[in-house]
Amino acid sequence: MTGPSPRQERPYLDPYLAGIGLGLVLLAAFVFVGRGLGASGAFASVVASGASLVAPEHAASIPAYAAYAPEGPRSLFDEWLVWEMIGVFAGGALSAWLAGRFRRTIERGPRVTDRARLALAFGGGAIMGVGAKLARGCTSGQALSGGAVLSVGSWLFIVGAFGAAYLAAPLFRREWT
Amino acid sequence: MTGSEIAIALVIGVGFGFFLEQGGMGSARKLAGQFYLTDFAVLKVMFSAILTAMLGLFWLGRLGLVDVGRVFVPETYLWPHLIGGAVFGLGFVMGGLCPGTSCVAASTGRLDGVALMLGMGAGIVVFNEGFARVASFYDSSPLGTVTLGDLAGVSPGLAVLAVVVAALGAFRLAEAIERRRAAR
Repeated sequence: MTGPSPRQERPYLDPYLAGIGLGLVLLAAFVFVGRGLGASGAFASVVASGASLVAPEHAASIPAYAAYAPEGPRSLFDEWLVWEMIGVFAGGALSAWLAGRFRRTIERGPRVTDRARLALAFGGGAIMGVGAKLARGCTSGQALSGGAVLSVGSWLFIVGAFGAAYLAAPLFRREWT
Repeated sequence: MTGSEIAIALVIGVGFGFFLEQGGMGSARKLAGQFYLTDFAVLKVMFSAILTAMLGLFWLGRLGLVDVGRVFVPETYLWPHLIGGAVFGLGFVMGGLCPGTSCVAASTGRLDGVALMLGMGAGIVVFNEGFARVASFYDSSPLGTVTLGDLAGVSPGLAVLAVVVAALGAFRLAEAIERRRAAR
């Protein structure tokens, strides 16, 4: 069997079908693990492990670090979310490879430079890091997982996130058009 | 974690990453379309996933196959969730990807995904270093474990039905806007 050549890029799956697939994965997490999916928690664990490696006493003195890595860097691989996110990397790469969509690229509109796009991605990530810590989760842990179990806080997160994104969208239109 | 727990986490993660990529969620340009009303894939993927998992869990619970009480429900902190969400939304539209989708973007060769992941790490460091200043806000307005059904004083079944109706309405609206754009 020959796989699709990298030049033949297949179209994305119908978004409703992709969502149903994603929903079944989320349901499996609820049923077999008793918890939903997540992403920002894994970032927080990696940061906390790094901090306790570089500056153990400092990290232990700040509850925001200590909550994630009580026993230092070794505990990173005792975190469910860290393993799940390793899987996300593999699953994303597998899907893109099967569909011929793997591209070494920087996605941006024609009116911004690569450097500007990378700076905006870094800056947006930093702002999201703060927001996700404040809200105790991100689009995965709050919007998707908390949303599916109808947590009020998760729906407040959805309202806050999409409300602010639409309000701020005109500021970043040039990034894409 | 035991070997089998790790295996389950990996398999669930692979499925998560796979369907995110299949739905186009690893592409910042596609995600940005949601905020400029040109592509509603984010809304469609996210809400059909929520409906699927919500209905699946509800009916598995009703049939007695799953103890719904065992499933983790995030606690609600009214203002931190709303304000944290708004801060998150600003970063989302600026960066074009969210934390989970940035990993999918990175794993499919997109360097903007890598930049966003590094930014996430930096933002978390900033938050943790400044934690003393926001600690009281972080723990403010706790409402405990509360669901939309509890809030409205209706049964879980009725809350589930309301979310289904709202999501179907949102899908119809998204389709209508997309059709109007295509016609122009």
